[in-house]
Amino acid sequence: MNATASALLLTAPAAVPLLVAGAYALPRPRTRPTVAALPARLAEARPGVSPQGAVLVAEAPEPGQVPQRHGWDRAGLVSPVAILTCGSLLAADVVGNGPRTAYSGLLRADALTAWMLLVVGAVALIACGSAPAYLAGERAAGRAAGRTAWHYHALVHSFLAAMCLSVVTANLGVLWVAVEATTIVTAFLVGHRRTRTSVEAAWKYVVICSAGIALAFLGTVLIYYAARQAGIAEAWALDWPTLVSRADRLDPAVTRLGITLVVLGFGTKAGLIPLHAWLPDAHSQAPAPVSALMSGVLLSVAFAAILRYRVIADAALGPGFIRVLLAAVALLTLALAAGLLLAQRDYKRMLAYSSMEHMSLIALAAAIGSPLALSAALLHIAGHGLAKSVAFCASGRILQITGTARIGRVRGLLARAPATAGAFGLAVVALMAFPPFSLFASELGIARAGFAAGAGLAWATAAALLLVLVAFAALAARTARMLLGPGSPGEESPSAVGPLMLGLAACAALGVTLGPLTGLLHDAAHAIGGR
Amino acid sequence: MTGGLFTQLLDLACGAFLLAAVVVLWRRELAAIVRYFALQGVALAALAVLLGSHEARWDLVGVGLGIGVLRAGVLPYLMRRALSALSADGVHSEEVRETQPLVNVAASLLTAALLTLLAYAVARPLTELDPTPATRALPVGLAVVLIGFFVLVTRRRALAQVVGFLLLDNGITATAFLATSGVPLIVELGVSFDVLLAVLVLQILTARMRVAFGTTDIDDLRELHD
Repeated sequence: MNATASALLLTAPAAVPLLVAGAYALPRPRTRPTVAALPARLAEARPGVSPQGAVLVAEAPEPGQVPQRHGWDRAGLVSPVAILTCGSLLAADVVGNGPRTAYSGLLRADALTAWMLLVVGAVALIACGSAPAYLAGERAAGRAAGRTAWHYHALVHSFLAAMCLSVVTANLGVLWVAVEATTIVTAFLVGHRRTRTSVEAAWKYVVICSAGIALAFLGTVLIYYAARQAGIAEAWALDWPTLVSRADRLDPAVTRLGITLVVLGFGTKAGLIPLHAWLPDAHSQAPAPVSALMSGVLLSVAFAAILRYRVIADAALGPGFIRVLLAAVALLTLALAAGLLLAQRDYKRMLAYSSMEHMSLIALAAAIGSPLALSAALLHIAGHGLAKSVAFCASGRILQITGTARIGRVRGLLARAPATAGAFGLAVVALMAFPPFSLFASELGIARAGFAAGAGLAWATAAALLLVLVAFAALAARTARMLLGPGSPGEESPSAVGPLMLGLAACAALGVTLGPLTGLLHDAAHAIGGR
Repeated sequence: MTGGLFTQLLDLACGAFLLAAVVVLWRRELAAIVRYFALQGVALAALAVLLGSHEARWDLVGVGLGIGVLRAGVLPYLMRRALSALSADGVHSEEVRETQPLVNVAASLLTAALLTLLAYAVARPLTELDPTPATRALPVGLAVVLIGFFVLVTRRRALAQVVGFLLLDNGITATAFLATSGVPLIVELGVSFDVLLAVLVLQILTARMRVAFGTTDIDDLRELHD
């Protein structure tokens, strides 16, 4: 593959969603506006458009004729398909030929990048695929105006662009900028309804995430300082491959402080203790497809940043330091999530705490750090992304059918809406790590790696398994309560559950065999230190 | 510029930078808080310009001026606009004051002193790695980060929290300048852009909070809990 092709493949995952977002963000007349009405329309549009400066910078195709709604709904699938295509092409390339770079090292794809792009693309396909049905439901209920849908699409696609940028960049500073950008573009998605709960969730989300991620920036600055003092030139002092290859020269005391701040900071976005409080609120208030994206990939994209820093910490400080840090954070998060799952009365919050549970398992696997553990962590990222996004999309549909998010008020869903309830039930079964779903394989892998890793980590793994069992019981009891029981069948659109079934099938397929992804997963674990 | 004068001016800028953060902690009028936040932006810009002219790096001077425009001009302007929107309609006297912070002023100032000591303790390995006049002032940046966090968790007005977040961010930027003469330009641009957008988002959310709750008191945000 020549340089132009790799530059194109590295740019497209972030650029295509940004272009789509730009196309959605363009102000467009719904009817043919008269000359007199135009200034009024512009004045009215400005306050809505100004917070989205980020999406307006993108150039967009010509706003020709008045668009058809269905065509534009389907245009939402362009970004996920582009991300998946670039991810697969990059995957095929990096497995044989090693990492690709573009723009003098600013963008870089290794096996981890390709793996994360595939996960982001797959989850985005589920979320964007079920978005039209969700928006139609909101319109039918009178909760969304015509313009809301355009804003929704513009923000979702810039969200995808920011996540892809954070995955494909090799510069740790740009990585931080991209992760912070995800907070900003999703703020209005979380607070889209302007009700009290919605505004509260959005405020907590922006304040906690911005402050938390600011700590990660301080950590980045300290690592940069250590790198400059180690004699690395300014242009390369935030370059991940350079830092990894020269990590042994970094000052240990400064690096230790920097890594601690980075783990706390990116841990905020990954839903780990101590700054996790935004997660259940934001996940329960955001529109269901956005919750799916946030829970399915945003958390793991943030965690991928920790995985990158883990390699630097391993080489600079030895494996002990980051192992203790990650294991402690993982166990505390897991204990909190399991405890709150037991007392949960809201099914979207239940799914949110289940996300914290799974992220802490991934953090535990990163703490173990053996090749098996890292492969299992990456597989868990994929499996959890697919299953959780299906669960959230189905929960959005359930919310529209029943009108309540309280577990206690939902009964007999299987009888009322068999397809949606079936998808929800199967997704929860996958999240409880039943075979054939891939979470079974990955949790088994984490457990095996943990028990093989020495006394301290074996005890940590044992404690984690006990807590997972508690979460398992809580999820099973609540979901069974919601699904079973008598109910009268209602109407249901089969098109809405298509993407969900696809996601469940992919999750199950990953659990049975990795197929062509085996080499990629192995290389990705190798790239983040599984040697 | 001679070495001695440079060190004195640098220490002066850092002193003003830290003092502005402490005064923010002390004052209760949101308008005054925003004014001192703007002064801190000036001190931060002066810091960057000083470092740039000392190292004869004109790009750094440019970055410093840009930061001055953003943090002493644009961000305070946005905050003032949000404030006047709050005081424009109806019962305004309570909305523009931090009436009852979680920790009273005396205790806040004492905490600020303790946090500064903590910053000096934490920053020792950073200074030891490369002792220059600039890195000796590093604890000031970290102290402002800690004070910013303290403001963020103890203040109850939405806009006071925004100022806390911005103090935190100023502290990090100062740390970056003092330790390494600033992060690479592309990162600095991205960070400034993100901060600007975050403040815009928070400003709009403040207005929505006022509509939904009738106040901007964070303590009233209690609908969501377990």
